[in-house]
Amino acid sequence: MLLMECVLHLYVSTVELSLDSPLNDRKKKDAVKPSLSAPAASVASSSSKAPSKTLEELEEEESEDKFDLNISVTNPEKVGDGMNAYMAYKVSTQTSLTMFRSKTFTVRRRFSDFLGLYEKLSEKHSQNGYIVPPPPEKSILGMTKVKVGKEDPSSAEFVERRRAALERYLQRVVSHPSLLQDPDVREFLEKEELPRAVSTQALSGAGFLKMLNKATDAVSKMTIKMNEQDVWFDEKIQDVENEEQHMRKLHVMVESLVNHRKELSGNTAVFAKSVAMLGSSEDNTALSRALSQLAEVEDRIEQLHQEQASNDFFTFSELLADYIRLLGAVKGCFDQRMKAWQRWQDAENMLQKKREAEAKLLWANKPDKLQQAKDEIAEWEAKVTQYEREFERISATVRKEVIRFDKEKARDFKRQIVKYLESLLNSQQQLIKYWEAFLPEAKAIA
Amino acid sequence: MEVSSAEAALSVSASSIRITDVTQDGDVLTFAIASQKLNSSAGVCVFRIYEDFDWLQQSLFSQENLPGLQGIIFPPLPSKALPSQSNTQTKALKQLGFLALGQDWQSYCKALEFYLQQVAAHPTLCKCKALDSFLINSESPGKQRGRKGIFNRLSQAVEEMRKESHKDVDNFFQNERNKNTNLAALSKVATEKLLDVVMTEQKLALACGHFATSLHLCVNQDDAAAVAFSKVCLKLSDVIEAVNRNFEKVASNDLSTLGLGLDLESRYQEAEKVWECVLMIACKLIELETVKKGTEKAKASKREVMEAFQKAVEKEFNLISSVAKQEIERFHSSRVNVLKNFLIGWCELQLNTAKEFAELYSQHLEACRNMYSE
Repeated sequence: MLLMECVLHLYVSTVELSLDSPLNDRKKKDAVKPSLSAPAASVASSSSKAPSKTLEELEEEESEDKFDLNISVTNPEKVGDGMNAYMAYKVSTQTSLTMFRSKTFTVRRRFSDFLGLYEKLSEKHSQNGYIVPPPPEKSILGMTKVKVGKEDPSSAEFVERRRAALERYLQRVVSHPSLLQDPDVREFLEKEELPRAVSTQALSGAGFLKMLNKATDAVSKMTIKMNEQDVWFDEKIQDVENEEQHMRKLHVMVESLVNHRKELSGNTAVFAKSVAMLGSSEDNTALSRALSQLAEVEDRIEQLHQEQASNDFFTFSELLADYIRLLGAVKGCFDQRMKAWQRWQDAENMLQKKREAEAKLLWANKPDKLQQAKDEIAEWEAKVTQYEREFERISATVRKEVIRFDKEKARDFKRQIVKYLESLLNSQQQLIKYWEAFLPEAKAIA
Repeated sequence: MEVSSAEAALSVSASSIRITDVTQDGDVLTFAIASQKLNSSAGVCVFRIYEDFDWLQQSLFSQENLPGLQGIIFPPLPSKALPSQSNTQTKALKQLGFLALGQDWQSYCKALEFYLQQVAAHPTLCKCKALDSFLINSESPGKQRGRKGIFNRLSQAVEEMRKESHKDVDNFFQNERNKNTNLAALSKVATEKLLDVVMTEQKLALACGHFATSLHLCVNQDDAAAVAFSKVCLKLSDVIEAVNRNFEKVASNDLSTLGLGLDLESRYQEAEKVWECVLMIACKLIELETVKKGTEKAKASKREVMEAFQKAVEKEFNLISSVAKQEIERFHSSRVNVLKNFLIGWCELQLNTAKEFAELYSQHLEACRNMYSE
């Protein structure tokens, strides 16, 4: 039966052929990555309000700084057209504090107003050693897209990101007991119209770097250890620096996490489509149905991934970015303290010089210039005293500020972890629902 | 043709066949195959390399005295794995697809195990002596090679036949062929897309791992505030580590069930494609034979012989056709059943994982809230 043998040999060869052929059309990606739709404003702001409100209530019961003030930044709206357009945000305040005119009020502010607020606060309070929270960064690219009117998800994402950042910024400002007392803050929250802020040089990355270098230089200049307090400051600035480095590393990792999640979301969507197509081509009714259901489940899972990516981003990525900037502000305080110390030291040196000059005059027996010398000595003695007192005052402030900052940092991070866990738990519970619904469909296949 | 007594039934139970271990020595993988003897509590264990599987497949194809063999859809054998160090994961993925993933060749072993079970469960193929010998002889079967010479020429003929549209013997086969072509393409795509998903899940797990480890950098015991913050960082590290494990689990679930299932489905569809080709060729050849003989009908004296021959050919053709139809039924119900089991298995695994991690996150949340109120 040669015929049969031929046929079989044919079979063997073709089987080897086709089964050996690798998945060779896996050349990248006909996969269309769906663009990340802007997380609904409600996700970020409501989730930052709803669970954390109860946490805030707990906080208030514990903390000494008891204040009842809630701020939200909402409703970003584009005003104007072309390159002169800008985004206006609604700033709403709810409070029972008597220093405000009413219990609830709303104003409209634009980004430069926020920057203006920062400029004013920084000017007044930085030199005294206060940690003034830095505002969100300027973004020329982001804003240009918005101005030009590009209605794509990335510009919606940018606007949402900025809105959330502005909200956090204000919340940090008002949770600072000293800054809250500043009339500029009150004006910002209450006044209908604000004069347009000019020369708003938001601290760019470069600006912060300068501050960084200055602080470390100043520390190295300080050769005389006066007392143990200085040791504390020395160690602290080192800690701050280390922490900033660590946070930068962590930030990079979280960004990577967010990107992978977005990628997973995209891949899941593509997979869902391929399963749907398989299902619609399938003859067996129950299997076809099961596959269609599976495609739906995968679609819902894709949604979960998207939400989780947004969650990762807002919970951690932005948190870390905020703290990297805040640590820069902390370094700024130390820098101010160094300036004060330098001023004091310079005054001491000057005083020394004046005394030496007096001694010279006495020795050279020039009585007429003596009075001037004595006056100058008195002047510089006064300055020395003043600068010493200022230095001690600023040291005390910085110390207090750093302690407060550390506490708030721990609280902030804790709060975010809880928020994150809540969302993780929620996702899992959703997944459980989806799988429980799918199981009977799979079992029904016959 | 009578079935010879040599074709006794298989001496072990098909469902008991397991690949229990795999060892790697340089380039060569050795598989330990265990099975349970029928009518006895004795177990058998043998050691085989890939070439032995290949030998088995060849033996199944070249069985003699098995009528209607061409009608059988042979279970597909996975390609040979090349485990050498120079083989990067990309190369491995290209070659084996899903089977390249998973630790220690687990997926690959599962696929081979499945192949053996399918062969053993096939009503006709299980009778092959080679199978029994493969499963119970302590000595490995001889390696038969060198038959590939003629295959290349013949395989070219197959390719050409595939391209041309030949009228099939029957509408039934034509429909089946169309559906099969479609499904083959779709299941291949679905497999590839699932592979993409699994790769990304693994990347995510890795990224979480890095993040979790890096959080340890923030530990600082200088003062009370630093200690408090360190605690927070370590807590976050634990949470992210949990997320890491979550993703690893999900990826592994995908791999071990659905991934495997889709991969198998894909390869089965490919096998059916080939089988249909073979069927076409067999029928074509029979037609040709008939025609050839027909022209020789001129010699009237041989008419009886001719007619007898024609009848024999027709009988053979009908046999193939009926076996083929049966095979298709069997193929589809088996295939649907296989997919069903994988889908159920996958769903249950993912459900359990989701429950496990919901519990874990819940515990972490509780711990965090308590830490918070300290």
